[in-house]
Amino acid sequence: MELWYTENHTEEARFSIKIDRQLVSLQSDFQRIDVFESREFGRILTLDGYLMVTEKDEFIYHDMITHVAMATNPDIRKVLVIGGGDGGAVRELLRYKTIAHIDMVEIDEEVVKVCKEYLPVTACGLTDERVHLYFEDGLKYVRTQEGKYDLIIVDSTDPFGPGEGLFTKEFYGNCYRALNDKGILVNQHESMYYSSYAASMKRAHQRIKGTFPIAKIYQAHIPTYPSGHWLFGFASKKFNPIKDLDADKWNQLGLKTRYYNTDLQVGAFAIPNYIKEQLESD
Amino acid sequence: MNILLQQKAPIYEALLKHKSNRVVPFDVPGHKGGRGNKELTEFLGENCMKADVNSMKPLDNLCHPTSVIREAEQIAADAFGSKAAFFIVNGTTASVQGMIMSVCKAGDKIIMPRNVHRSAINALVVCGAVPVYVNPGVSKDLGIPLGMTLSEVKKAILNNPDAKAILVNNPTYYGICSDLREIVGFAHEYGMKVLVDEAHGTHFYFGEDMPVSAMAAGADMAAVSMHKTGGSLTQSSFLLCGEGINPRHVRQIINLTQTTSGSYLLLVSLDIARKNLSLNGRELFKKTVEIAEYARSEINKLGGYYAFGKELIDKDAVYDFDPTKLSVHTRNMGLAGIEVYDLLRDEYGIQIEFGDISNFLAIISAGDRALEIERLIASLSEIRRLYGKEDKSDMFDHEYINPEVVYAPQQAFYSPKKSLPIRKTAGKVCGEFVMCYPPGIPILAPGERITGEIINYILYAKGKGCLLTGTEDMAVNKINVVEVD
Repeated sequence: MELWYTENHTEEARFSIKIDRQLVSLQSDFQRIDVFESREFGRILTLDGYLMVTEKDEFIYHDMITHVAMATNPDIRKVLVIGGGDGGAVRELLRYKTIAHIDMVEIDEEVVKVCKEYLPVTACGLTDERVHLYFEDGLKYVRTQEGKYDLIIVDSTDPFGPGEGLFTKEFYGNCYRALNDKGILVNQHESMYYSSYAASMKRAHQRIKGTFPIAKIYQAHIPTYPSGHWLFGFASKKFNPIKDLDADKWNQLGLKTRYYNTDLQVGAFAIPNYIKEQLESD
Repeated sequence: MNILLQQKAPIYEALLKHKSNRVVPFDVPGHKGGRGNKELTEFLGENCMKADVNSMKPLDNLCHPTSVIREAEQIAADAFGSKAAFFIVNGTTASVQGMIMSVCKAGDKIIMPRNVHRSAINALVVCGAVPVYVNPGVSKDLGIPLGMTLSEVKKAILNNPDAKAILVNNPTYYGICSDLREIVGFAHEYGMKVLVDEAHGTHFYFGEDMPVSAMAAGADMAAVSMHKTGGSLTQSSFLLCGEGINPRHVRQIINLTQTTSGSYLLLVSLDIARKNLSLNGRELFKKTVEIAEYARSEINKLGGYYAFGKELIDKDAVYDFDPTKLSVHTRNMGLAGIEVYDLLRDEYGIQIEFGDISNFLAIISAGDRALEIERLIASLSEIRRLYGKEDKSDMFDHEYINPEVVYAPQQAFYSPKKSLPIRKTAGKVCGEFVMCYPPGIPILAPGERITGEIINYILYAKGKGCLLTGTEDMAVNKINVVEVD
């Protein structure tokens, strides 16, 4: 018997992983949640059939969604994570002793429950006393906050599901208001390789650019995500992620990371022409 | 309401049967189930095209229904608690005109509030009846027209005992209701028919704890815009008759202007929407009210906005309030409702129903999800942060402008006219309509005296970005005025 998990990266291109067994499958109020066990990628979390996290390559995503901002402004103390129910982003943030307070707002409590049970590798930090969990719509939560955070991380699903509101102009504006005057916004920015997401990601980038004085795109190689070439957004009221990168200070922290390093941070913002051209076109 | 009966949908069932019979079409429509227009079929879907059929014996005939449409109308009448119900496919405009033309002839008087929809005054242009306007009153704080008060209605009836009918807007676009039961009682004492424009009140028949519906209040006729909040397709509507009306006469009036090719897409949408509301309406509208109440309370927390609700009820000009309406006052943050309406669409990709000088209205229904409501609220919070102004000195303080009716609408409309630039029309009699659309309530109707105040209002609304319509001049720089010889 062979069991394969397949995600359609487009109507015409598929990505498959051989599955050893399925560990859990349930339908929450928001989405279908599945966890599989595989030999190649370890445990795999999918939401509505879309691959979110694998044990084998999650370190790349979670390194890149946290350390870039932390190396740019080492004084970050208060962080808001929107989405990120698997806990990976929080796990990385907790490695900084300087961070005093993390609010995590996840719309689907079931995702957190499933990850705590089946993905302890990422969910291990969610019980830390510095972490405060809220189970509600991120858009609603952030609307009620003002000048409160040094960093907001948007670790969302794609823009055509429960995460839809987290790619809107009103959301970025509400984030701007929720950040203090040194605030940084980092968001997962999908990929622009396949055309189905390119238009909406271009729109998202333009919305962020219209809201923050500094708005840039950076990249990472994530093997299990569509095209493998994944983007992140970095926006700030004050900090430039290259000019203001405090490499020495970050390196003195002695954090061991498998993907991220401060040289890579500079390179990550050097994005390919086909993406530049799309972002700059009308 | 007979729940067993309400589970049927005769037109729907007949169409299903017709489809399964695989009848070979050598009649119109010429697209023949979509085969003759592939691009349209791909866009709308084959099911839709196959349901677009012509009148025939098994599917009945809208102009003279004797089988499935007749049965569907009877079931609809049962659902609405009316003596008769007509399926209307020419918009609620046709329902409103059907009501007025069923009870008024040329020269007959009809009492109505001035804030009626253009369709009502259109009917007067067509049939020659003469309006007697009742001042609906205006909330000075909100800048919205209210409902007719009972005392104003009584005064109008006593001053015009020869009037044939009274038309009531219930609810208004903004959700304001009049004291329908008392108005019906008083009008009937004086032998007048009561017609209710219930375009925005479909849910009054099916929801719980709603303001009273026209039929429950004993009104003679009601125009119910099923497509607005009832879930049927755009342009479909019901015309209801109460006890004091002869439905056979009403059918003849409807047939004067109704198409003889009634769309089965519209008819079946009415049939299924009626079934849905009869069986699930209570729950659907409960959810609608919950969403609207949530949005109201959250919007009121943002500051600057005022999403008004039941607290307006004074048992007089605001006799009752429709809780499904999300009307929001914007003037206190220095923005016109129409400006917020434009910002929501252009900057945030959110389309709402309409904006006027001081308010906007969002339509809430059971089709809404938490996600969209949160987007609306978040966008409003952003609009306040980015565009709100402390200074509201340039905001227009709206007053009800009591019209001087010089000629009946029909007389003015068919008089010799000349076209003048708006600013030069003060003192003249208007020969056409001028209105913002939506909401489609005329600022000027044919036969009314144009004043400097009205000109200022039109220019202000235009400057703020309202879509002005009604004039022969598509750019609305000129108005046709009645030539006096």
